[in-house]
Amino acid sequence: MHAESQIREPLILGNKTYTTITDDIIRPVEGKTGKAWYVLFTISTLTFLWGLGCLAYTIGVGIGVWGSNNGVDWAWDITNFVWWIGIGHAGTLISAVLLLFRQKWRLGINRAAEAMTIFAVMCAAIFVLFHTGRVWLDYMLFPLPNQFGSLWPNFNSPLLWDVFAVSTYFSISLVFWYIGLVPDFAAIRDRAISPVVKKIYNLLSLGWGGSAKHWSRFEEVSLVLAGLSTPLVFSVHSIVSFDFATSILPGWHTTIFPPYFVSGAVFSGFAMVLTLMLVVRRVYGLQAYITIKHVEYMNIVIIVTGSIVGVAYLTELFMSWYSGVEFEQYAFLNRATGPYAWAYWCMMTCNVVSPQLFWFKKIRTSLVATFLLSIVVNIGMWFERFVIIVPTLCRTFLPSTWNMYHPTFVDIGIFTGTIGMFGFFFLLFSRYFPVIAQAELKTILKISGEQQKKDAAAHSHTHVHAH
Amino acid sequence: MAGVITKKIIHGVYDDEVPLLEACKKLKSAGIKVKDVFSPFPIHGIDPIIGIRRTRLAICAFIYGLTGCGLATLMMWYMQVHDWPTDVGGKPNWMYFHNVPAFIPITFESTILCAGHGMALTYLLRCMLVPGARAKNPDPRTTNDKFLILLELPEEKAGEAENLLRTAGAIEVNHKGTKTEPLPY
Repeated sequence: MHAESQIREPLILGNKTYTTITDDIIRPVEGKTGKAWYVLFTISTLTFLWGLGCLAYTIGVGIGVWGSNNGVDWAWDITNFVWWIGIGHAGTLISAVLLLFRQKWRLGINRAAEAMTIFAVMCAAIFVLFHTGRVWLDYMLFPLPNQFGSLWPNFNSPLLWDVFAVSTYFSISLVFWYIGLVPDFAAIRDRAISPVVKKIYNLLSLGWGGSAKHWSRFEEVSLVLAGLSTPLVFSVHSIVSFDFATSILPGWHTTIFPPYFVSGAVFSGFAMVLTLMLVVRRVYGLQAYITIKHVEYMNIVIIVTGSIVGVAYLTELFMSWYSGVEFEQYAFLNRATGPYAWAYWCMMTCNVVSPQLFWFKKIRTSLVATFLLSIVVNIGMWFERFVIIVPTLCRTFLPSTWNMYHPTFVDIGIFTGTIGMFGFFFLLFSRYFPVIAQAELKTILKISGEQQKKDAAAHSHTHVHAH
Repeated sequence: MAGVITKKIIHGVYDDEVPLLEACKKLKSAGIKVKDVFSPFPIHGIDPIIGIRRTRLAICAFIYGLTGCGLATLMMWYMQVHDWPTDVGGKPNWMYFHNVPAFIPITFESTILCAGHGMALTYLLRCMLVPGARAKNPDPRTTNDKFLILLELPEEKAGEAENLLRTAGAIEVNHKGTKTEPLPY
């Protein structure tokens, strides 16, 4: 076992042992449900139901109940889709990319972040499935043998690439998450007193026993899945950006979109992880495992990706001027000064200015400031997608087609409904699943535990004196 | 009974992975085979000591990936080039090679899809991790904070093994009865 420098701050605070880690993380699953949980769950469920009602109304009456119109034919649906998919990206980044880079601090947050990925992609899927207009014909997106010719989907289309990318992303993330959960389900099973609970978690744990051979395979599978997920996560948002970049609309037709979208996705995803984790650590008393240092690390990622996003905005502006194409120039002038200028400047403030506050150590280590700024970033990133889509479509080549976009109550209902759905699933997850990967967290206890680090320091100190 | 060997089952329980590794080394040098080790988390460096070879799951993933890549290529060639060539904005559609740039994303996604799911399924089945399977750990404490060495050895070696387990720092040594196996020929 290797020792870690004393300069590095501990990742597990207090005097923890293997048992106390198990206790701290599994107790919320075994204990009584708190009042706060019921309140949040009721609000989420009601919002979710309202969203389902709006979806039913959309199916019944038709997609005309949305605010989308002839000019602005893509609006809230795609904005929300890209927003949710982007949020999902942080989960994969934390669990896969940080695993490849051997960043141990991922272990405090990877489980919940991966759960966030899965629920966010589910929310995103609702918009793409329903924006086709006839949701019951969505099977035609897949290359299934049929009696129309056979008429196959168009493999040249970025929208079809999206179908493959998002479904691969969802299913691989789900498998990655579940394989990590198996040992923790086994831990719950082995502690369970009630035979019913034991039975349920035994079913979920797939009979895991933690033999050396199985752990060896487990680690190999995690590593390879991380290696596969890393290019996957970059490909997914690149492909999402192709939906726009391969068109010929001014403001969309730019080569900068893939890296710009990917960094924006990571940016908004980390903001969402912070929003969620700050609540989870408080409600479940996990301050020893999700420490201020974890929050600071995530805030640093937010500075980096937020700055990349800022540079991308400026590059877009410069290129539209430098290209000499009038339409291109107008598209950006329209964004900044047109009818949706308020959205543009809201985006600029939230995404470019506000994350720069994290350069101050006081702010990036303050939980209140982080929580508020993470919500600001989430709002800013929603407006980024809105600004890319709606102001562009409402002022295209022909002035006679110019019109404004106004969301209807159905648009708003479906969007808030997905937020409710996300909350619904995330709350169920945090209630019945261990929110921290306790088995893997135990591997860093001796290296990064606070008490263990102190003991190691004391030990090396006496060692020096002895010589 | 002829052709049958009776083995004693012994559990050596530890509360830390360091003495467990020590015990495994001692058992190995005494010529006693460690049947298995159960731990709450992966113990690094134990594989060569108790004779676990590196898993070939990564090779499986590579093969599944190649399969996915091939299947996607075949599918797109058949559907878009052979069966019903579609003219999309005048883009070339009469041979696969000319269409390759547009086919890369789906080929890539399909490679990942097959590699990931193929490997995950192989892993679960190879470890017999299936819904309804019985817990594989012989002692439920091994998913919390205990580390267990499982030995299955002939009666005459039991005393020596127990001694080795204890000197390495076992907090418990439990005798779990015997089992019979056919003699190895």
